[in-house]
Amino acid sequence: MKILVTVKRVPDTAAEKRLDPADKTLDRESVETILNPVDEYAVEEALRLKEQHGGEVVVLCMGPSSALATVRKALSMGPDAAVHVHDDALHGSCAFNTAKVLQAAIRQVEPDIVLCGSESTDARTSLVPSALAEYLGWPGLTGAKQLEVDGATVRVHRETENGYDVVEADGPAVVSVVKGINEPRYPSFKGIMAAKSKPVTDYTLADLGVDPGEVGTAGATTEVVDFAPRPPRQAGQQVKDPGDGSAAVELAEFLAGHKFI
Amino acid sequence: MSPPPALDFLDLDRLLSDEERLIRDTTRGFVADRILPEVAGWFERGELPRELAKELGDLGLLGMHLEGYGCAGTNAVSYGLACLELEAGDSGARSFVSVQGSLAMYPIWKYGSEEQKRRWLPPMAAGEVIGCFGLTEPDFGSNPAGMRTSARRDGGDWVLNGTKMWITNGGIADVAVVWARTEDEGVRGFLVPAGTPGFSTRDIGRKLSLRASVTSELVLEDCRLPADAVLPEVRGMRGPLSCLNEARFGIVWGSMGAARACFQSALEYATTREQFDRPIGGFQLTQQKLADMLVELSKGTLLALHLGRMKDDGRLAPEQVSLGKLNNVREALAIARSARTILGANGITLEYPVIRHANNLESVLTYEGTSEVHSLILGQAVTGLAAFQ
Repeated sequence: MKILVTVKRVPDTAAEKRLDPADKTLDRESVETILNPVDEYAVEEALRLKEQHGGEVVVLCMGPSSALATVRKALSMGPDAAVHVHDDALHGSCAFNTAKVLQAAIRQVEPDIVLCGSESTDARTSLVPSALAEYLGWPGLTGAKQLEVDGATVRVHRETENGYDVVEADGPAVVSVVKGINEPRYPSFKGIMAAKSKPVTDYTLADLGVDPGEVGTAGATTEVVDFAPRPPRQAGQQVKDPGDGSAAVELAEFLAGHKFI
Repeated sequence: MSPPPALDFLDLDRLLSDEERLIRDTTRGFVADRILPEVAGWFERGELPRELAKELGDLGLLGMHLEGYGCAGTNAVSYGLACLELEAGDSGARSFVSVQGSLAMYPIWKYGSEEQKRRWLPPMAAGEVIGCFGLTEPDFGSNPAGMRTSARRDGGDWVLNGTKMWITNGGIADVAVVWARTEDEGVRGFLVPAGTPGFSTRDIGRKLSLRASVTSELVLEDCRLPADAVLPEVRGMRGPLSCLNEARFGIVWGSMGAARACFQSALEYATTREQFDRPIGGFQLTQQKLADMLVELSKGTLLALHLGRMKDDGRLAPEQVSLGKLNNVREALAIARSARTILGANGITLEYPVIRHANNLESVLTYEGTSEVHSLILGQAVTGLAAFQ
């Protein structure tokens, strides 16, 4: 079984993010970057599928050459190989164009199943897995809290407000996983050392036959029109008790006023 | 330009490779998930759960800087970074890893026979077999060359007699690397499996430092070992001293982990604790303490990294490791004590990490060469005159 996992380099979730005023894209160089946290669950799930069914796990990343560190991080968890798509023309790509490029790379790898994290912590559109399924013409099973592969059948449990939807399709399929589907393993130090020598195939847009005009800022189907920094936090309201316990009443009224109680 | 972050004021992060950062971050994540939530309880109860060994082994921390035999084979800087992160959790956890990797696995890896390496190293790397290192004796600490433990040949066998003291992991070890004086071959190293007749251990209780660590006495009474129990490739004090040099290198880093944890705790406390209607971090006396802590933490970490690069280049002298150990443990202890004063009464409870680190560092100050001995090593290095031999 050939399992492909998409991974993304994102700014550290804890870090203050900045947008570049010139083209309104995220300034990725100014902050610490990490492997998108939900993607770790997708990598873990891919490794578990391999442990059950055999085969190989290939990591796919689209991102600047500096995203290689993210690729290596993913590889250090245990996948066998990686594909890294990087091309200056990709800068500023929207979610749909990202899916289009990933789709072209996936066709080169020809996997039996594609696993994605359900969203990235930077843009949070959650569009890529579905768009990817659409471009590939494969079933898209999103939001998986549990995944089973049984022969050609791919079955997921999707968490809903009332319980689970069980959704299944014949592979090849695109599955997006949510946090909590598993407990991602730590990369072992042996894995980290081995990741250095695992094969990473580099693709440019030309290698994938994608027209640079269709992607990047030029071909983006969505546009960031404006952005503003978060307003500074307002000073809170202080309640001081004059000594007669009336502050408790005031607090209760505040909570009741905001319908907390 | 905003000021540099408190915990990496000199931007040392940039001096690390991606791989080194990944090893550091992985260890930091493990410490945050597995050690920090539990360690105050372990310290209070005076225990270190044995299953932690397996988890450390799965991660690849045990013997991580050794090549082959199931070990990860990282560079020395990565080993140092892992020690720093572990000791930011607790000196006991770092001591466990130092003893397993540098004091028990290293002599087998460096001086053992092929058969000994194949038998012991893979399960030790996996954390399935725990090792300890028996050099110090009740009457021979700083002067290990005076050891009384003896190894006598009897036919093809060896017979060991003597007592080893202050042995980290002793009571939980499956195999002890015991150094003993032979009749005509000087000091030699022996692999003594737990359960060998004549070999017993006794844990040392009533410790107020390194409580999340097992410390024991090893007793050898006519302990008979087969001929192949001896480490074939080393004779003399060079054997145990080379192991200690490896472990001390880890302490140069680890101590800065404990210091960082104390500094971080004091800094958070100083910016949130209010007295006289403002955060105590706004008072000049507190800022003086924080600034001094920041300076020594930054310098000590930079020193550790420099020594690590030298070690990876194969040009690190034992005297330079002594300089690192002397400085960094001394400064870490000063930082811990200073942090304690910032936390006031809260600083003496296990709700905060500071008193635990301060107490642990009292042991780290004297084990693996006391500050005094490292001072004398430096004194000898620069004057050419030995003050202790």
